[in-house]
Amino acid sequence: MRKSKALSAFVFLAIGLCLLGLSNYIDELRAYQGAQIGIYVIAISSIILLTGYSGQISLGHGALMAIGGYAAVLSYTYWHLPMLLAFTVGALAAALAGFILGMAAARLSGPYLAGTTLALAVGLPSLANQFHILGGEQGLSFDIGEAPKWISNKTGGDFTQYKWFFWISVLCTLSTLWFIKNLLQSRYGRTWRAVRGNPSAAALSGVNIGKSKVLAFTVSSALAGLGGALLAMLLGLVAPMAFTLTLSFTIVTGAVLAGVSNLAGSIIGAVVLVVIPEVTGALASHLGNSEKITANLPGFITSVLLILTVMFLPNGPQLHKRKKAKTK
Amino acid sequence: MLILDTLFIGLSSGAIYSLMALALVLVWRSTRVVNFAQAGQAILSTYLGYEVMSKTHNYWVSIPFAIIGGALIAAFIDAALMRPLEKRSRQGAVSQIAPVIATLGILGLIRSLTGMIWGNAYVQYTSPLSGKGYMIGHHTIPFSPQNLIIVIGALIVMVIFALIFKFTNLGLALRASSFQPEISRLAGIRVDRIRTIGWAFAGAAGAVAGALVTPTTYLSPNSLDLLLVSGFVAAVIGGLDSLIGAVLGGLLLGVGFAFILQYVGTSVTFSAAFIILMVVLFIRPRGILGSRVGRGDA
Amino acid sequence: MNGLVVSDFSVSHGAISAINKVSFQVEKGQLAAIIGSNGAGKTTLLRALSGLIPASDGTATWSGQSLLERKPEDLVRDGIVHVSEGKSVIPELNVKENLALGGIWRKDKKDVAAATDEVFELFPRLRERINQSADTLSGGERQMLAIGRALIARPKLLLLDEPSLGLAPLVIEQIFTAINQLRLRLGLTVVLVEQNAMSALKIADIGIILNVGHLVASGTSQSLLNDSNLRSAYLGY
Repeated sequence: MRKSKALSAFVFLAIGLCLLGLSNYIDELRAYQGAQIGIYVIAISSIILLTGYSGQISLGHGALMAIGGYAAVLSYTYWHLPMLLAFTVGALAAALAGFILGMAAARLSGPYLAGTTLALAVGLPSLANQFHILGGEQGLSFDIGEAPKWISNKTGGDFTQYKWFFWISVLCTLSTLWFIKNLLQSRYGRTWRAVRGNPSAAALSGVNIGKSKVLAFTVSSALAGLGGALLAMLLGLVAPMAFTLTLSFTIVTGAVLAGVSNLAGSIIGAVVLVVIPEVTGALASHLGNSEKITANLPGFITSVLLILTVMFLPNGPQLHKRKKAKTK
Repeated sequence: MLILDTLFIGLSSGAIYSLMALALVLVWRSTRVVNFAQAGQAILSTYLGYEVMSKTHNYWVSIPFAIIGGALIAAFIDAALMRPLEKRSRQGAVSQIAPVIATLGILGLIRSLTGMIWGNAYVQYTSPLSGKGYMIGHHTIPFSPQNLIIVIGALIVMVIFALIFKFTNLGLALRASSFQPEISRLAGIRVDRIRTIGWAFAGAAGAVAGALVTPTTYLSPNSLDLLLVSGFVAAVIGGLDSLIGAVLGGLLLGVGFAFILQYVGTSVTFSAAFIILMVVLFIRPRGILGSRVGRGDA
Repeated sequence: MNGLVVSDFSVSHGAISAINKVSFQVEKGQLAAIIGSNGAGKTTLLRALSGLIPASDGTATWSGQSLLERKPEDLVRDGIVHVSEGKSVIPELNVKENLALGGIWRKDKKDVAAATDEVFELFPRLRERINQSADTLSGGERQMLAIGRALIARPKLLLLDEPSLGLAPLVIEQIFTAINQLRLRLGLTVVLVEQNAMSALKIADIGIILNVGHLVASGTSQSLLNDSNLRSAYLGY
């Protein structure tokens, strides 16, 4: 067991180094998109953990991302925490919110949970308008500054801001994936799968279902919080507009496209989400370049993809068929 | 006086929430699916009504068109998407939530579709009725002729539904199919078709809500966002299983909102929905009139 | 053959075979009792015949027409009515509504009214409780209600799943007597799934014994009752 853990750590490390090296050869736009993909991967994997493994639905992860973002920015600005620590604060703040929400959620299920998280998604961001310290509509700015000299000197060439974002995003994403992978393979992950598969059997064999659900919610929220902090970094600010209901829906969509219980699929889902606006931009100009079309085509295609996926591939592209056979 | 004013505001918005909640409960009871696309369907049918109104310059003529459009759209969604989906998704982690995800997808689809056809700009769905409040003595109450129509319209819809459910064979089939679909099948009821009819009714209710409330604000692909959440919150407050609960929940939410808006401030609106929901679910996880395994399983 | 012909019938839940190559025939007007212990697959068999679950192999025909790949609500229109076990009435509706349910799909409303009257004659207790909610009825009354509803559909083939479940012995006798009288009077073909083997075989023409999805024995009810091996294994004496 230890050998394969070391092996997978090595693989992750290798992938990370490759990606960082890659960053020397891509342009600004791709660096930005790469960072975006990383954020989506984290957010989508948080849903995969919550829904695919623990069987709970959340339509409000955008709000949890907002909590993470705001907490990170506030702690960075007012407590002068270094960037990574600020991110951690963001994740912890979201985890706390997730804990509370999870406690409430344990009593709810299905549509009640969906609707509650929906209300949260809509209700929370506008709270920023109430409290001056949260910056109101305009939000708070978040500038993490340039990459430290010891890094930018080493790689030579132009170490732009976006490249720095890309690096941070890659670092966080890979760490997150590694963390989740291990968590899902641990006894917590097994517990979640057991409860999802057969709750009564799990309860009879001594599993505290409530506890495992709350744990899933908390961890999932922490991840969303991290994603939100990274998003704030990328955008350079936190504001209610950055965390709309659409964001929550988009993340869930990404998770469904990924195959909601397939962690590796989160990468596919994230790429699809980032690629679609690109592709549809090109498509829209073919269709006459009207503003009506360009603005709405990405959403249209995403929705169609979502519906098709849910209808025909409810468990996502079965890239891990062998794994499925084992767990069944 | 302020209290009475606030009540009037709450009454009118509450009527709209009740209609949306009614639509949600109708579909929930017969299919155990929360139709998040409900608000989107309402928007689409309202746009249809808007088109008719623009061509005919007659508000009253446009309303039946919106209603029929809403019913047809809903029936189509059920027959073409939800029914096949139900047949397919029997297992896997997604099976429980697949219908919910599907309705979310439909919501996004409708929103972007309306955006592509009509654009994201606001348009005005004009009604001949005044939006100015009635005068009682020297005081203008925040209740206009349009608000009156909203309340009357909602009442008419509720009465019609109540009559259909209680006294017709169709209503009996609808009730039976939603309580016990298997027994109903064994009794010879074409449960699938009945379900689609249930969806059509829900779509009609949403269309009425949209056609009546939109003249008081504006029409755009996103203008029913708050309605989406409020309709759902109202349904949950009332107890997702209960049609009467839907009406009650809608009114309570409408009045609650009005009071919060009046005494706390306007920017709390969205948060208020969440808080009210959490409070009610905390006290009564099944909602006020919720029954049986109300809050629970699929 | 005009009645119910079941041949090499199999039903499986995934990898588990619930019914394994079962074959039997029931002529029109006969009452067949399907008996066996818990988990023998009796209910599964009925549910597959009435279209609630799909069969995986074999054939089943009634009056020469296949029953397979058809929906329950369609089979009802052909006169095949299944009264399921346990929950067979809708507790949220009252007696009148439950009965009405049996005839909603029918076009001949006059006959529906006539059939309803006949049901009330057969089960006067239902007329007494006509406006009561079905969940206030006793077990026996609910069974009467379920059977009554089935009759309003003017069935030709009646599939009854454990009508005696949870009922007191006296009530069981009443129900079984009613079932027998009914089928004799109306010329119904009845397939009766029962754990209460004795009572079932007493009114049955033929018996079919299932065990863990397999057909163990079949024949006239008299021959089954006379077979001492079977008696001790399945009838308990």
